[in-house]
Amino acid sequence: MIALIDYKAGNLTSVRKALAAVGAEVYTPERADDLTRARGIIVPGVGHFAATAALDDAWLQQIHRHVADGKALLGICLGMQFLYESSEEAPGLRGLGLLDGACFRLRPPAAAGLKVPHVGWNDLDLVRPETIASQIPNHSQVYFTHSYVAPVTADTVAATGHGQTFASVAQRGRVAGVQFHPEKSGDVGLQFLRNFLATVH
Amino acid sequence: MLSKRIIACLDVKNGEVVKGINFEGLRSAGDPAELARRYNREGIDELVILDITATLERRQALADTIRAVAKELFIPLAVGGGIRTEADAAAAVEAGADKVSLNTAALKQPELITTLARRYGSQAVVVAIDAKKDGDRYSVFVRSGTTETNRDAVEWAREAEQRGAGEILLTSIDRDGTRAGFHCDMTAAVSTAVSIPVIASGGAGGLDDFVDVFTSGAADAALAASIFHYAETSVSALKQHLRGRGIPVRL
Repeated sequence: MIALIDYKAGNLTSVRKALAAVGAEVYTPERADDLTRARGIIVPGVGHFAATAALDDAWLQQIHRHVADGKALLGICLGMQFLYESSEEAPGLRGLGLLDGACFRLRPPAAAGLKVPHVGWNDLDLVRPETIASQIPNHSQVYFTHSYVAPVTADTVAATGHGQTFASVAQRGRVAGVQFHPEKSGDVGLQFLRNFLATVH
Repeated sequence: MLSKRIIACLDVKNGEVVKGINFEGLRSAGDPAELARRYNREGIDELVILDITATLERRQALADTIRAVAKELFIPLAVGGGIRTEADAAAAVEAGADKVSLNTAALKQPELITTLARRYGSQAVVVAIDAKKDGDRYSVFVRSGTTETNRDAVEWAREAEQRGAGEILLTSIDRDGTRAGFHCDMTAAVSTAVSIPVIASGGAGGLDDFVDVFTSGAADAALAASIFHYAETSVSALKQHLRGRGIPVRL
């Protein structure tokens, strides 16, 4: 069973639908304790980093315990940013700290004439083979909608450019994150969800 | 590099696509789910369902249509037409819409933009602006282009952005249905005034109209209905053409 955490950051209909399409059995935990029966956890979310404050210490402890037990975790969009130590978007808040670095606002050079938020289909430049990106052709396009990003670090699996280069896919062990929306990225997106399921035991 | 998006619009009435359609191999030409599937195969980047049903039963019919289209499509889906309240938007989102498009309601009660942006995120809120050239400005119309307001399109787009809109869907009333090309001047005026994406609509006729709106029009996305419905232009042929002209697209 996959726990899809609903912390009221956006609507989860599309994520549920895409997970159903790849054969995942999903439940939404009501309380932090409900995470103990999860074989995999997905932290979705769109919007402001401050929304992650809804996940209090009890939730954070359960998520850390889940990861310490070697079980799989996937962060999507804001959920990926939450895997890092912090974000410029909500300076007082801490992230899960499962991946190193701080998220920051995209600031493309003015001369580039690029808009922020970054909305639409953009390329994945694969930099490191990892299970989350298996069978994904290099330079596949996926659907993004966000203003904040994670830095390129040793955990980066794919990078994307929008005036600045940022981590669009990251993985360390069984912890993975995708900045784009796999539930809205056609067949490529569904393959990412299948890859995540394959890491769930 | 971020691709320029090609968006297909389905005008739906009582669950059926109403603009003429001429696709071969469709079981029912008016079935929105079949048309959506076809566009998806051809590589459309996004779909808009525009509900033009005027009956009281419209909300249920629309939800059924959204569910049918969203069932097997995993690309962004926006829904517009008659979304007047938070409850209308919630019904569309719960049925599977990723974005709701507000038009008349956004001008009448602009706080609805903020309410929906707080509830679903700005990325889920599109403000649709229908405008007509009026001297050196662009005048905003509501109620399907029948009622003039005293608002200027550039100024209203800026306000919509400040209130939390995530995208602007800008339709030229002058060009809509003419196939004379998008209104590039108006699109550029709005697109350069805001930092959120602007989707150009109205006037698509030939392949080069899309080239123009992405270059001189500074559009982030372009929307069309009838040229795709009549299968005069396939989405894939359009994208090949754009790539040949150096415009980044998803192929």
